[in-house]
Amino acid sequence: MKAKVAIIDYGMGNLYSVRNSFKSLGIDADIIEGPAKILSYDKLILPGVGAFGDAMKELRERGFIAPIRDFIAAGRPFLGICLGMQLLLEKSDESRGVKGLGIIQGKVRKFSSKLKCPHMGWNGIEKLKTGLKIFKDLGPDIYTYFCHSYYVQPRLRSVVIGRTDYGIKFASIIKDGNVYGMQFHPEKSQETGLKLLRNFIRFC
Amino acid sequence: MLTKRIIPCLDVKDGRVVKGVRFLSLKDAGDAVEIARVYEKQRADELVFLDITASFEARKTLIELVRKVASNIFMPFTVGGGIRGIDDIRALLNAGADKVSINTAAVNNPRLISEAARRFGSQCIVVAIDAKSIDRRQKTEDRKQKKTKTLSSDLCPLTSESRWEVYTHGGRTATGLDVIKWAKSAQKLGAGEILLTSMDFDGTKDGYDIALTHAVSSSLEIPVIASGGAGEKKHFLDVFQRGKADAALAASIFHYGEYTIQEIKQYLRSKGVNVRI
Repeated sequence: MKAKVAIIDYGMGNLYSVRNSFKSLGIDADIIEGPAKILSYDKLILPGVGAFGDAMKELRERGFIAPIRDFIAAGRPFLGICLGMQLLLEKSDESRGVKGLGIIQGKVRKFSSKLKCPHMGWNGIEKLKTGLKIFKDLGPDIYTYFCHSYYVQPRLRSVVIGRTDYGIKFASIIKDGNVYGMQFHPEKSQETGLKLLRNFIRFC
Repeated sequence: MLTKRIIPCLDVKDGRVVKGVRFLSLKDAGDAVEIARVYEKQRADELVFLDITASFEARKTLIELVRKVASNIFMPFTVGGGIRGIDDIRALLNAGADKVSINTAAVNNPRLISEAARRFGSQCIVVAIDAKSIDRRQKTEDRKQKKTKTLSSDLCPLTSESRWEVYTHGGRTATGLDVIKWAKSAQKLGAGEILLTSMDFDGTKDGYDIALTHAVSSSLEIPVIASGGAGEKKHFLDVFQRGKADAALAASIFHYGEYTIQEIKQYLRSKGVNVRI
């Protein structure tokens, strides 16, 4: 049976590139603007570009927060991309005083001012765990496209399954049970990104 | 570590790719989506589409092209040329462009940068700067007096120290703005990246303007894409190592098959530059 995939639309950036990349994999993803049917889906994608505080406000106003928690609590696979990954944490330097989803313990920090910011372009990912289905068919050299000024710092190191070097080594892929986060844009990372998305849909 | 990016630039007219040499003569070099596919296979890191027509009808063609590229190409791409305001930016981003590049409109109205960055995020706002070295024989004061006063001219007027002047309207209009100051202002207003073209070197194939690129890149915290003058593999090495560029853009060297992107990258890697192969 084909997995039913939903992409959350909460007004934070263009979701069509995510949907297009799924389409090229033969996966028809629905874009959902409200939470009503969220539990009828097998996989949930939270993309997003923009500011942490604005994003939480939009999620709250559109009534997505509790349904996202329910979806995750039901054990279904969830993928946060870029800002969508950061929202999984408890708080961010970007928007102090704003609570994140808090599904992953830890916070979101800004890169050191000594580096060019945003961290923009293709960077490598070092796999910290082997044998994970999300990494299926990926060679040793994984390069993906990043575009962000903040990075996640989970409290538990065990959730970090891929890391990237930009002055410091930061968490670029996280996995906590059925919850995944990717700091880069798989939908913009050519065949490597498409493989990661395919792996998430087919095998995770 | 973060890799240096190689970015082919496709000048677009009526849905076809053309390349202007020194902004004048044009040659048709093919279909935009097909070329984008070739560059994706060659492992280009990004693409830039520059629309060189600006009529209303042509804009609709451009939106259609952006939509087609976005459905077929899974890499970041920037669209620039003829962008006048927020509505143009929204239309391009909604059609699937990852970034937009603004040039003349940003000089005429610097608030467009801040408004666009606030609405859509800095990461998708590229400010393109066409830079030309200043002719020392002409007095700075004479030049300044010719210009009409705008917010940007208040922010970054040319001084006797200035080495490069900002040009707009596809290189036809001198603005009286200092390139370094304008780049810094653009960054402060919320630009996520600077696309820096040397008008002196563009189309020459003599190499990038290293002094210009270095001066701008070392003044900024946001990435700088160097453009104009690529003709040899070594030019890419120079602009990364000496020019401190974060990315290098080129057109004809790739469009006419003189080098593939892969060849340039192999060469760069052999010289110790970190690139994605």
